[in-house]
Amino acid sequence: MTRRIFIATLVAAMLLLPVVIRNDYYVNLATQILIAALLAQSLNVLLGQGGMVSLGHAAYLGIAGYGCVLLTLSSFNQLTSAVGAVLLGTTAAALFGVLALRASGLGFLMITLALGQIVWGVAYRWNDLTGGDNGIRYPARPSPFGIDLAGAGRFYYFTLVIWALATYAIFRLSRSAFGASLRGTRDQPRRMRMLGHNVWLIRWFAFVLSGFWASIASLLDVYYNLFISPHALSLQQSAEMLLMAILGGANTLAGPVVGAALITLVKNVVSTYVDRWNSLLGVLFVGVVVFMPHGLVPGATALMERLRRSAVRAKFLSGADAAGATK
Amino acid sequence: MSVSAPVKNLGASPALEICGLAKRFGGLPATKDVSLAVMAGERRLIIGPNGAGKTTLFNLVTGDIKADAGSVKLFGRELLGLPTQRRVQLGLARTYQILTLFAGESLIHNVVLSLLGRHRARLDPWRPLASRRQLYDAALAALEGVGLAGSSGRRVAETSYGERRRLELAMALAQRPRVLLLDEPLAGLSQEERRTVGDLMQKIAREITIVMIEHDMDTALGLAERITVLHHGEVVVEGTRAEVVADPRTKEVYLGD
Repeated sequence: MTRRIFIATLVAAMLLLPVVIRNDYYVNLATQILIAALLAQSLNVLLGQGGMVSLGHAAYLGIAGYGCVLLTLSSFNQLTSAVGAVLLGTTAAALFGVLALRASGLGFLMITLALGQIVWGVAYRWNDLTGGDNGIRYPARPSPFGIDLAGAGRFYYFTLVIWALATYAIFRLSRSAFGASLRGTRDQPRRMRMLGHNVWLIRWFAFVLSGFWASIASLLDVYYNLFISPHALSLQQSAEMLLMAILGGANTLAGPVVGAALITLVKNVVSTYVDRWNSLLGVLFVGVVVFMPHGLVPGATALMERLRRSAVRAKFLSGADAAGATK
Repeated sequence: MSVSAPVKNLGASPALEICGLAKRFGGLPATKDVSLAVMAGERRLIIGPNGAGKTTLFNLVTGDIKADAGSVKLFGRELLGLPTQRRVQLGLARTYQILTLFAGESLIHNVVLSLLGRHRARLDPWRPLASRRQLYDAALAALEGVGLAGSSGRRVAETSYGERRRLELAMALAQRPRVLLLDEPLAGLSQEERRTVGDLMQKIAREITIVMIEHDMDTALGLAERITVLHHGEVVVEGTRAEVVADPRTKEVYLGD
């Protein structure tokens, strides 16, 4: 019951945010959080449910992002460019999956890292195509069904709709037969094989789905910034997404969202007051790992549970006292 | 190496036929030219001292490790070269000596995961698993078969060792395998639990061929029709219970040569 109220409040807050907060800066910040959240959520399909640590997730942000910009600039319309970009990103994930899944654990991590760095290198060096370090501008935000998305509020709602759809799909995945199989391969790959599961195929499919949602997020990112540069593909981006998911709690669906919100806020808000905000992020991360090793969401849930129990116990004890006093 | 199969029980067809199977770990031969044929419906016991290569033999049959040479046929179909999951699709199932269950999940979820292994829905990322009533009904039936239907909702971590052994059995049987490999199904159980699990194994339908590694002779001998004695990765003796017990080589293996 409390859970339902909590979720309803959250949904209402998200829907009313641009109406209540009429400041573009904060509305844009909320949009950024949603985009970062979707990136972390897409990565978490691999990380949380699949148990595969990837350090190359920014590659899809870059491939789909550059894909979208370059397709539009070569005079495709925006819808075609968007579809093409998502196809490009997802295909890249399918190929990278084949390469990365030759290994597992640390080997997997290193291959994803290397692939991510290759894509970054191409974006950085191929001046004629990507504009190198300077990046390229995207002409304008699309206007789906004739709705102009130039304003902060409207773009927030656009992002919110896409984010909600993606989150629902990822939620469905976690409850589906595939989700159960994926978590099975995370916990007992050898056993899963002996039960007839194709462990490689399950992992690869997770890789592709993860790349697909990251590509969707990268479209939002391009539309938001109206700009893309090699920075979008940097190792720091990949690491940040990983950090968001782990900080919030990779084993939960809400974890990556909470992590993304926290890190985006620290980066944007706290950085205006604190110069060494990167160090603050580090301290935060260490603190969470030490005190809530499974991340903020599971940590907070456990804490609430403990408080609730001690409240019940206190009530029970005081009730017993009262009963004793009347006798 | 001889490829001719040692055909016994003429008239019945072999369910599992192993020919000249060999595996070395570095310089150490774990399995040396093992050949044996298990007839359809048979209960076969494999015994041998520690390090005889019993579990290695199972691992070679399931594909957990790759064989160096030889052939393994399941109802005439060559298994070597196929990945483990393909062998399972052909009707092979196995329980493990060291329990490898999904500890954080409920008993019924464990069986459902087993059923999913041979179900076409296993890559469906959309429809909720919980809405697949048929899978849950079949899983519950499998748990009922081993007397665990009452605790289907409990997590594996909360169950006793004996219950986990029975869950292992339920997961394997739920798949309706044609050949079932049991790796020490009684290990670590109390006398009473041994009897329970022994009775369960007794009740397994004859359509399922069973090959079993077991040290507990009292229970296992009652189940097995034929016994194979492995030693140093080789088949030393094979025959009926009486033949194997009477054979001097059996004593030699166990008392040291």
